[in-house]
Amino acid sequence: MKPGAFGYRRAESAEDAVRLFLEVGEGAQYLAGGQSLMATLNFRVSEAGTLIDLTRIESLKGIEQRGNAIHIGALTTHASVARSSLVRKRLPLIAEAYVHVAHPAIRNRGTIGGSIALGDPASEMPACMLALDAVIHANGPAGKRSIPIDDFYLGLYETALEEGELLTGIEIPLPAEGARHGFEEIARRHGDYAMAGLAVMTTGRRARMAYFAISDRALRSTAAEDAFVSGASPAECAEVATREMYVFGDLNASENMKRHLAGVLMRRVLLSLDGGASA
Amino acid sequence: MTLTKYDRPNSYIGSRVPRPNITRLMAGRGKYIDDKSLPRMLHVVFVRSPFAHARIVSIDATAALAVEGVASVLTGRDIVDVVSPWVGVLTHLSGMRSPPQPCVATDTARWQGEPVAMVLASSRAIAEDAATLVDVDYDPLDAVCDMEEALEPRSPLIHPGYDSNLCWERKVEAGDVDAAFADPANTVVERSFDFGRHTGVTLEPRGCVCEYDPAEDRMTMHYSGQAPHMIQVVLAKHLGIPEGRVRVISDDVGGSFGIKVHTYGDEIAVAGAAKLLKRPVKFAADRLESFQSDIHAREHRVRVKAAINGEGLLQALDVDDITGIGPYSVYPRSSGIEGNQVINLTGAPYRIPAYRGRLRVVFQNKVPTCQYRAVGHPIAMAIMEGVMDELAKATGCDPAELRRINLVPDDAYPHVSAQGMKFADLSHQKCLAKLLDLMDYEALKQERDRLRGRGVYRGIGIVSMVEVTNPSPMFYGVGGAPIAAQDGASARLDASGALHVASSITEQGQGTDAMLAQIAADGFGVDLDMVHVKTGDTAVVPYGGGTWASRGAGIGGEAMLQACKALKAQVLEAAAAVLQAKPGALDIFRGAVTDLDGTERMTLADLARMVYYRGNELPAGLSPEFIATRHYKVSDVPFVFTNGAMASYVEVDTDTGIVKLLKHWVVEDVGTIINEQLVDEQIRGGVVQGIGGALYEECVYSDDGQLLNASMADYLVPMSVEMPDIEIAHVMTPTSTSELGAKGAGEAGTAGAPGAIMNAVNDALAPLGCSISKMPMSPERILRALGTVD
Repeated sequence: MKPGAFGYRRAESAEDAVRLFLEVGEGAQYLAGGQSLMATLNFRVSEAGTLIDLTRIESLKGIEQRGNAIHIGALTTHASVARSSLVRKRLPLIAEAYVHVAHPAIRNRGTIGGSIALGDPASEMPACMLALDAVIHANGPAGKRSIPIDDFYLGLYETALEEGELLTGIEIPLPAEGARHGFEEIARRHGDYAMAGLAVMTTGRRARMAYFAISDRALRSTAAEDAFVSGASPAECAEVATREMYVFGDLNASENMKRHLAGVLMRRVLLSLDGGASA
Repeated sequence: MTLTKYDRPNSYIGSRVPRPNITRLMAGRGKYIDDKSLPRMLHVVFVRSPFAHARIVSIDATAALAVEGVASVLTGRDIVDVVSPWVGVLTHLSGMRSPPQPCVATDTARWQGEPVAMVLASSRAIAEDAATLVDVDYDPLDAVCDMEEALEPRSPLIHPGYDSNLCWERKVEAGDVDAAFADPANTVVERSFDFGRHTGVTLEPRGCVCEYDPAEDRMTMHYSGQAPHMIQVVLAKHLGIPEGRVRVISDDVGGSFGIKVHTYGDEIAVAGAAKLLKRPVKFAADRLESFQSDIHAREHRVRVKAAINGEGLLQALDVDDITGIGPYSVYPRSSGIEGNQVINLTGAPYRIPAYRGRLRVVFQNKVPTCQYRAVGHPIAMAIMEGVMDELAKATGCDPAELRRINLVPDDAYPHVSAQGMKFADLSHQKCLAKLLDLMDYEALKQERDRLRGRGVYRGIGIVSMVEVTNPSPMFYGVGGAPIAAQDGASARLDASGALHVASSITEQGQGTDAMLAQIAADGFGVDLDMVHVKTGDTAVVPYGGGTWASRGAGIGGEAMLQACKALKAQVLEAAAAVLQAKPGALDIFRGAVTDLDGTERMTLADLARMVYYRGNELPAGLSPEFIATRHYKVSDVPFVFTNGAMASYVEVDTDTGIVKLLKHWVVEDVGTIINEQLVDEQIRGGVVQGIGGALYEECVYSDDGQLLNASMADYLVPMSVEMPDIEIAHVMTPTSTSELGAKGAGEAGTAGAPGAIMNAVNDALAPLGCSISKMPMSPERILRALGTVD
């Protein structure tokens, strides 16, 4: 289980990384924590011409508050995000979700930017970003730009990032006063990719509800959000969520199973909001 | 508890001493296969069939051979010239058939993952690169996967020379089964069970390093395995090398669970390549090929029918088992033993006057299956205990009470079951009573019932079990397999007073060496740190079977006890002559020759130095032998059976199908306990493996025979977070077949846990009017049973 031969370049900055990407041309790939990419290379299910190593770019690491938003550098490890007191205090949804993300060895190496850019349909962070209405910052051959998270996920492992475009950071607006959050996932073993999961943020009459491990990507249920806003019960929200959901089965849960679990999650998470503490 | 001869102050038998080898292993100084590196060594990577069933039209290795660092590419046709094919049948499993199996496929690949060529290069990475360039032209054939469809007349045939895909069929009948089922006074229930395929997932994957010396025609295999002497015979026979010139060395082995006791084509092909190329060759399986080539186990579909009379006593049992074993019966133990043990062991704890069993062992295009920890037991226990709960439900009897009244009483041994199994020294009644006490059965039932009212679904599952341990020659030797049923031990006193012992049983991480050291120190009379244990080298240790079927302590341990007692007698004879005493008036205690009251007369070191260096000082005519060897086999019975009882307490989330394991209890009778901590951890580890089979582990195949989850991300082994607290207690009924009195401890947990958990889940689901009988009991299967997912 050794990867085929590949080239290696180390980038010193985001700009340097983009420059190297263009210089290498065909077969260039960015390497962050490597927790997904290296496994696929080792299994030889993908081949890399040249890896552009981002892990030494210090300017893409760290968590800070900038005005009314929290900014998380793309190369910040899962472990650092989960440990951050700022995240724990101001973005408890993320802190809660991280309890379920993989295992310590993976969290120590894997990065939040890598996870969001890969867009594994069963990952927790893409759904959390949808629920939190995050903005993705990217830097590419055409320069810097910001992408609203709602426009980011397009399909199975397909994102709005263009060829050579690098995810550099995530900007998460601070939840309004009185905002509430809910998170739950159902996995056969702790730390596994879930059979189904749901991340929810509500503020007053507004709500954002994002499923993961249900479809080909993290996906909001706008039907359930609308129902919730118009005062529907958790059971009614669950009913509309599962009716309209675009579902993808896998080895651990068939399409029917996932549809069923989507309803269970909606009911449970919304009930926990009613009884739970505010965010 | 009464004192025994093992309760002397200097006794190590029965004490929880730390394992002597644990410091070395924890310090990272273990010597596993991949740590081995020899001059001029080549690394092998196997090209494995991507199809479950395909004709190999041609193999073109030109591109692979052009890669720098590649020494050779060998195909099945190259290897068959140096390694002859084998046939994996046992003659005492009458009627079993399996065709000759080449170690690397020659014309047809019959499972996805079967080796078809080997690439030898200066590094594993280069060999992997080159392996992708070997161009194999396959002509895919229809794959036969479902075991029932495999037996249908229109099914494609896996072996062209055979008239069907049946490997073996066995029928057994005793007593009037039909009359019992027809009697209107009896209550009759019937259930079907499905058991998924799973595999062993050893921490250290399989592997070997082979070196061949053409000058002396000697083959040495460094081998991660459980039965070095068996592999020695296999190598000699199939490579045509005199057996005495084959040496098999097993240093540290990182887990085996029965996976590493079989003949694997890839491993023997490594020896063939070493002989052909005259260079050392290393093979270390990676995780992907472990899933595709380690033996799988289980995959049974069983129908069971049982009858009890008005008093709740079992009257008859009918078992029909079909099991899929892949395309070949595995050499030399055969793939018939698992099903055979299902037929032999179902109902073993109980008195059952009439029994009918049918077993069909079926070829299919999947990875071969063979003996894996608790061979056949989890199926035999789960189906019987599932039926017991069904009978309890049908008659309104408490499940524990129904078991109690049907168990073979502790004072009724020896007892022969309807299948003809001879049982002795078992303690089912004591174990069940202790289990119910340990778990506080009545309080637990009340808690379960109280919570049901609140919509919390908890269940209790109970299992009584019998396990095959300490097998005699009737297991394999009688069937023509080159597998020793006896084990040998030698004990030698050196000039410093240290005791060097060697044994033919093997250490795979479970503490064999510790157990042997305790028996040796105890039997001879020295401190534990004066004992040095050698296992796992056919050039050094006495001849014997190795460690499998829970035979290490019972057979290897008894041989060690007898060897050390013999050495003690020899040493005392010399000491008596020197000290002018009678041997019977002396003892050995903590490294010194003493009077019977413990008064020290001389140290062993002083005696040994006198004997070894200054023999001139010894009385005339005395020529001491400070080495002794003894062998031991079980002779009067085919097996020394072990027994126990187990219970599981679970909660089922009826929304998600997730089973939460709340608690697990085991009461086990392994006879004499040598090291309680090691026994307890054997049982706990076994329970966890049983939990794997019950809830998580399954080799998932597509209809065309592709293994879909061959990675640690997709194949779910049980992990610590989900494991319950496992409480263990013991009943001790030493076996009367040996002086040591030890029975085997390795099967218990795995044997009973799946049945206990299945019964607990079904007890939890009972108020909802449904049940599940398919393992692993995944969340989706549970929700399908509940009818909430379709």
